[in-house]
This record gives sequence, structure tokens and C-alpha cells, in this order.
Amino acid sequence: MSTEYLNSELAANLVALRTIVYREVRRFTRIWPQTLLPPAITMVLYFVIFGNLIGRQIGDMGGFTYMEYIVPGLIMMSVITNSYGNVVSSFFGSKFQRSIEELMVSPVSPHIILVGYVTGGVLRGLAVGLIVTLLSLFFTHLQVHHLGVTVLVVLLTATIFSLGGFINAVFARNFDDISIIPTFVLTPLTYLGGVFYSITLLPPFWQSVSMANPVLHMVNAFRYGILGVSDIRIGVAIGFMLVATAVLYAACIHLLVSGRGMRQ
Amino acid sequence: MTTALSIRQLTKTYGNGFQALHGIDLDVAEGDFFALLGPNGAGKSTTIGILSTLVTKSSGTVSVFGHDLDTQPSALKRCLGVVPQEFNFNQFEKVFDIVVTQAGYYGIPARIARERAEQYLTQLGLWDKRDTPSRELSGGMKRRLMIARALVHQPRLLILDEPTAGVDIELRRSMWSFLTELNEQGITIILTTHYLEEAEQLCRNIGIIDHGRIAENTSMKALLKKLHVETFLLDIKGSLQAVPQLLGYPVVRVDDHTLEVQVDKNMGVTELFRQLAQQQIEVLSLRNKTNRLEELFVSLVEKNLAKGAV
Repeated sequence: MSTEYLNSELAANLVALRTIVYREVRRFTRIWPQTLLPPAITMVLYFVIFGNLIGRQIGDMGGFTYMEYIVPGLIMMSVITNSYGNVVSSFFGSKFQRSIEELMVSPVSPHIILVGYVTGGVLRGLAVGLIVTLLSLFFTHLQVHHLGVTVLVVLLTATIFSLGGFINAVFARNFDDISIIPTFVLTPLTYLGGVFYSITLLPPFWQSVSMANPVLHMVNAFRYGILGVSDIRIGVAIGFMLVATAVLYAACIHLLVSGRGMRQ
Repeated sequence: MTTALSIRQLTKTYGNGFQALHGIDLDVAEGDFFALLGPNGAGKSTTIGILSTLVTKSSGTVSVFGHDLDTQPSALKRCLGVVPQEFNFNQFEKVFDIVVTQAGYYGIPARIARERAEQYLTQLGLWDKRDTPSRELSGGMKRRLMIARALVHQPRLLILDEPTAGVDIELRRSMWSFLTELNEQGITIILTTHYLEEAEQLCRNIGIIDHGRIAENTSMKALLKKLHVETFLLDIKGSLQAVPQLLGYPVVRVDDHTLEVQVDKNMGVTELFRQLAQQQIEVLSLRNKTNRLEELFVSLVEKNLAKGAV
């Protein structure tokens, strides 16, 4: 293949990627009362009830006020929920309306399709995370301990859950199927993932069980980036996230190439 | 002449074991206006699905302008525009955005995409609706939107799967002239339709697919020559008292003013008119009872059914 051909293919794929990302961002910003507003309201309630009212009775945790301790976890919780929710609803919506066929008949590569949808999910996760972070400033003072870790962890987490949302959407056959995983898997993992407590409060057996929860690693790594404290080893957490990203990406590409749920 | 589409020994067996295609061969020349006809469930949509990569073939080869489906899918897709039977665009997107987004999938830069979207939406009478969410369009407008969307990357081969289904006659005729114009500009068109007069009027060549096999693949003229008997309806001046006896022409009295006559191609209509004049029956007008292609189509499909029964 000539260099000219490869360059034109690359240019065409970049235009396609920009198109998918722009479409995804346009979608979640157009319906902002459904996508951006609810997490902001929910998180303000968490700050008021858990951080402010109940937190005063709990006292310090890990050397920080309870409000300071839970803010990173709540930011992460909103990033996880929204990055997952964006991809699962958008991709399943495309399947349901059959508009996914527009993409399937076009020459866009599976990698571009996946990266486009995942970027949309990551951007929504980051947008909601930013909104929640700004709102948290009304309740507490935030000082970033390690910017590099903070940015890396939030990006990896949003990517992992966007990829997870994509897999859910591929297998989903109806709208119930896209709410089962968030309700019965994602929410329990998040609530038991150290958002509201340090696992050092748990008995040793449950501490070991908690280590198997991937969300615990993400929340703690992010908390380390913000506060400088963590229940787990940061290197292990980041390594785990990198491996999870690679495995999920490969799985998504396999599903796209095989056309599962999209081709007959 | 360059081959726009070449299909060899194409088969498709679905997961439930149903074999939709039994090794079909088909060639469509560049610049052709080709009709792909067949009864429901014959394999037309499966064939189109395979071409557009929405259906995975079981075996066989497909190439579009020399680009093989298995080895050069990207190049093949760039040559191809598909207008599916069912609406498959985002119901919440605006008309203009749908067309521009589709162009983006083909790597067309935004400025050119917007220009082309304006061009095709204007040609298809949808420019005034550019900011309307697609779900608010009428059925005919939605069909035209799908044509605009399929054209935005300027494909060399356009496949239309029943583009005029449910469209009123005025709009259908305007779509016919638009498609004819596209074909005159050099775009190869493959059309499936249940309106056989549409196929007869627009297409030069025809393939009839039945039970997953090509039953006929020839020029429209050659196919119509195979029609040995045509049935005509004759409007008669005055009232018919009895059924006239016409030598060599089976005749049925439809009502007091109408006769149904079967005319063998070898007999022609001159002799028919001579015999009618002899009996002092004056004919006001004459028309085909059914479309000529329809008669052939039905006879071919019936023949296949009979073979299947044996």
C-alpha cells in the first residue's frame, strides 16, 4: 500500500472519529437535563446529608474530615456511573433505532467506532466529574496532592467503564438489559468500593474480600491523587486499570469485528 | 465495460438453518439501471444485506468495482450507497445533521459535507426541513432523506431497496425522474421494488430471484419478448348484447361495455380489430389488464413453485 493511500485512509478515519465524538457530545449536551443535571443534584444531596450532617458525627477519617474524605469517592462515583451510562444508552439506542447501520455500512474501522463511543463516554464522565468537583468546593477545600495520578486514574476509570458500557450495549436486547448491570452490579460495587469508608474499618476477612472489588482500587487511587492517602498500593491499582483497559478494549474490538448483535 | 457488481456462488445460511441464498451468480455493468425482483422472502434483502455488510455471507465472493468484500471492505464500502427498506436513522437528529454526520463517517471534511448536504437536500425537496427532527417527517420525506444520506459520499453504485414503498404517485414519479438523472450522470443503480411498472419504466436489465436462486437474469427487452400472451381490456362503444366470437382470441365479457381479450404475440392486434369491425363492434380504447412485467414475473414465480411442488 502506498504512503499516499495510508495518509488518505488516516485522514478519513480522523474525520470519522471527530464526527462520532462530536455526535456523542452533542447528544449528551442536548439532553443535559437528563445527563448533567441529575448527578449534580444527587451529589449535592450526598455532600449535604453524608458529608455535612452525618459526617459531623463520624469525625475524622484517614486524617481528614469526613467531607474531605468522601469527596474524591463521590467524584469517582459520578465519573463511573456517567461514563458507563453514556456509552450503554447511546450505543444501545443506535442499535434499537437501527441507526448503527449507518456506521456499519460505512468504511469506518472498528477501532475508530470504539474509540469514538468511548471518548464520548469519557467526556461525559469528565464533564460530570468536573461539575461535581466544582460543587464540592462549596462544601470543602480541595487540594490536589498528585495531579498526574489524579488525571491518569480518572481517565483510566472513565475509559474502563465506557468500555464496560459498550459491552453491555452489544449484548443488550431491550431497555431492561441496559439497566440490569448498573443496578445490580455497578451500584453495589461502587457503594462497597470505599467511597464512604476506609476498608481499614472492616474485619480482616472483609478487607480481603474488598480487595477483589475493582472500584475500590480506582476510588483509592483517585483519593491518593487528591488527598495523598489510600488503602491500597497505587502501583498495583494503576497496573490493574491498565490491564483491564487492554482486556476490555480487545473484547470490544472482537465484538465489533464479529458484528455480534449488529450483523446477521 | 467495467463490472460494477460481481457476485459468484453466494450462499447464506442463517443461524436457524434457513438457507436464504443457494449460490447465486450476478453481474451488473457500470452505468446500468438494474432491477432485482423477487417475491417476499426470495433472498433480495439478504443479497443487499451482504453487499452492505449488514449480513455475513456463508460462502461465495462479492466485488464492487473490483474491490473484494473480504479483502478490501473499506474500498468497497466507499463505492457503495445503500437506501434500506426500513428507516434506520436517528429519530431525534435533525435532517441536516443526519446527512452531514453520514458524510463524516466516510471521511468527508465538514465544509464539503455541509455543501453536499445542502445540494442533495435541495434536490430532494427537503432543504426547508433541514432543521426538523427526522421523526417529524412524513413517510415520503423520510425515504428521500435516506436517499440524500446514501448519496452524500457520492457512491458509484447506489442500491435502493423498495425506495418508493408507501409513497404517493406524484412523489414516486418525481423520485423516478431523480433516479433517472442520477443514472444518466453515471451512477450505477440497483433497484428492488414491488411496483413492477416502476422496474419496467426505469431499468434496462433485470434479475429475478426466487427461493434463493436467480430465476432470470437478462435485459428488460429480452425478458418482455418472452411474454407470448398479453391480456387486454377493450372499452366498447355502446352496449354488448352477447360475447362476440373472435377466432384465435379467447374473450371474456367483463361488463356491458368491456371485453377482456387474450392476444397471442403471433396473432397481433390487427386481426383482432378486423374481426371486431366485421361484427360492428367499435373499440373506444384498449389497455393492458396488468403490467407486462407483472405477467411474466407471476408466471416465472409460479413455474418455480410448481418445480418445488414436484
